[in-house]
Amino acid sequence: MRKKVIFKGIALPWLLLLPQLLITGVFFFWPAGQAIYGSFLREDAFGLSRQFVGFENFAEVLADPNYLASGWTTVVFSFSVAFTALSAALFLAVQADKAIRGANGYKTLLIWPYAVAPAIAAVLWLFMFHPQIGLFGRMLNGLGIGWDYRLNGDQAMLLVILAAAWKQVSYNFIFFMAGLQSIPKAVLEAAAIDGARPMRRFWTIIFPLLAPTSFFLLVVNIVYAFFDTFGIIHALTNGGPGQATTTLIYKVYVDGVQNLNFGSSAAQSVILMVIVILLTAVQFRFVERKVHY
Amino acid sequence: MATLSLDSVKKQFGTTQVLHGIDLQVADGEMIVVVGASGCGKSTLLRIVAGLETASSGTVRIDGRDVTALEPADRDIAMVFQNYALYPHMSVFENMAYGLKIRGMKPAEIRRRVDEAAQMLEIGALLDRKPRQLSGGQRQRVAMGRAVVREPKLFLFDEPLSNLDAKLRVQMRAEIRRLQKRLGVTSLFVTHDQVEAMTLGDRLVVMHQGRAAQVASPMEVWGRPADTYVASFIGSPAMNFLAATLEPGGGAAALKAGPTIGLTDGPRAGEAGMPLTLGIRPEHIQLGEGGLDLAVDLVEPLGSETVIHGTIPGGETLTVRLPVPASGIGAVLPVILPWDAFHIFDGASGRRIDPA
Repeated sequence: MRKKVIFKGIALPWLLLLPQLLITGVFFFWPAGQAIYGSFLREDAFGLSRQFVGFENFAEVLADPNYLASGWTTVVFSFSVAFTALSAALFLAVQADKAIRGANGYKTLLIWPYAVAPAIAAVLWLFMFHPQIGLFGRMLNGLGIGWDYRLNGDQAMLLVILAAAWKQVSYNFIFFMAGLQSIPKAVLEAAAIDGARPMRRFWTIIFPLLAPTSFFLLVVNIVYAFFDTFGIIHALTNGGPGQATTTLIYKVYVDGVQNLNFGSSAAQSVILMVIVILLTAVQFRFVERKVHY
Repeated sequence: MATLSLDSVKKQFGTTQVLHGIDLQVADGEMIVVVGASGCGKSTLLRIVAGLETASSGTVRIDGRDVTALEPADRDIAMVFQNYALYPHMSVFENMAYGLKIRGMKPAEIRRRVDEAAQMLEIGALLDRKPRQLSGGQRQRVAMGRAVVREPKLFLFDEPLSNLDAKLRVQMRAEIRRLQKRLGVTSLFVTHDQVEAMTLGDRLVVMHQGRAAQVASPMEVWGRPADTYVASFIGSPAMNFLAATLEPGGGAAALKAGPTIGLTDGPRAGEAGMPLTLGIRPEHIQLGEGGLDLAVDLVEPLGSETVIHGTIPGGETLTVRLPVPASGIGAVLPVILPWDAFHIFDGASGRRIDPA
């Protein structure tokens, strides 16, 4: 039941809303407005003059093979991160659900990576996989595998995917854990009596019943991989080698901050904005429906 | 179709002893009802038979085969759960077919069996629905159907009727009994409801604090309860208990309330003055002059009959069930306690004492 509070006058409600409105306005609407405004302008590299060019920035960006390549990189990156983070989290959640002794400690430890800042996480992975100073990097080279993510684009991609997925596992883990706990025990017992072995129970009962959770997490993970992995990429690979790990969000930074092409960068931001709005809409539609079976 | 035998099955959770050694022999096709108050260990016993819990010691045999260490899947049993435990993401058909599919049965045979069971349970029209689109009674039928199609050696029922409303419960109770008789499958039915127990079981296991207080037919349990717990648990309203002592010779008992009761079925062994508990069912007490005066403090009219609660001289409470309407019952009621209606229990241990 929704409680309706009745205010006398209009001053108090506005005052109470003001902090949130200010934050939203200053940090979200203003920059977003700037980006939309900027996406219709073209500015010279020194910022001395600008002119209105309509949708030309968008046309240019969408026709740019580099941009399309980056888009593809993003798709590969996002789905790999989502898939890796989801499957690892599901595996860990199932194991944690089975554990009887020490389950709480185990769960707490699994949640820690979420508290690590993206750049710090990236540095951790850098120290592990650096070809010269990283423990695993040296080990791989010692085994005769030519490991250098600074030269090999595929290896760079693999590394950022792993680092990005690692950070997201905790979040997924919590949701999967809650999802598992909401499956009635009797249903699993009924399946056991019906003759289903643990693996079969997992794929025919647990997995389908987790589908709503999984779908929700898939969207969240894709949004995360699209927009929240800048720090990891920036600290690990700088989008390189070449453009191998330049995702769309990283390209916004490269074109805007490094190449000082504000119009193009703004247009790219607006495109990303549209994508995130679409993804959010999908998610909201879904969350409203809640259970789908 | 099979026999079931339990041999001193014990269970403890940590230091808590839940089952203190249960022995039970169930004949082929027999319906055994395990009844007891909550926490008596009846559900644990059922889960041990199902293989969902492991016994701390003792053996479970189904059809002579030791299944104590086997997984539920390998025991060839079917279970109906209290909350039905239907697979929420599967249709009724898929719910019923699940166990058959796992056993690698051919689709045509699965179809045939499910259709047959669905027809028997009158859920043929619901086969494409999901469990959430069903009412409680329909879910109950689907859960039954899921058990029936498997044609298992043993049916296990874990309070399957307790989530239904009173009317449906009575209806389903009769249906379960009819179905079980028709299929002739050996069954173990757990309930806390004594009426269910009396009406369903070929034999009852009355459980009390992890022990089988009595294993006998319903009428035997009602007519010759093994101890005061069973006596008070079976029968409604519950049996009255009156303190008494054995008279010299063992042929009579002196009630604390005054009168001396002759033990009509024969004298009991024991010294004079031994404390006894005398039980008498409320429906066996009659109205009539020359007995005890019952000071009435509550009258419960049930239509054709009336339940009266009151106290007798000496302060003990007595419940009387009379086959008369409630009107015209005064504040003091003369009641007669027929001698041959008494059950004699040891005053200390509560065990039934039969004539020596």
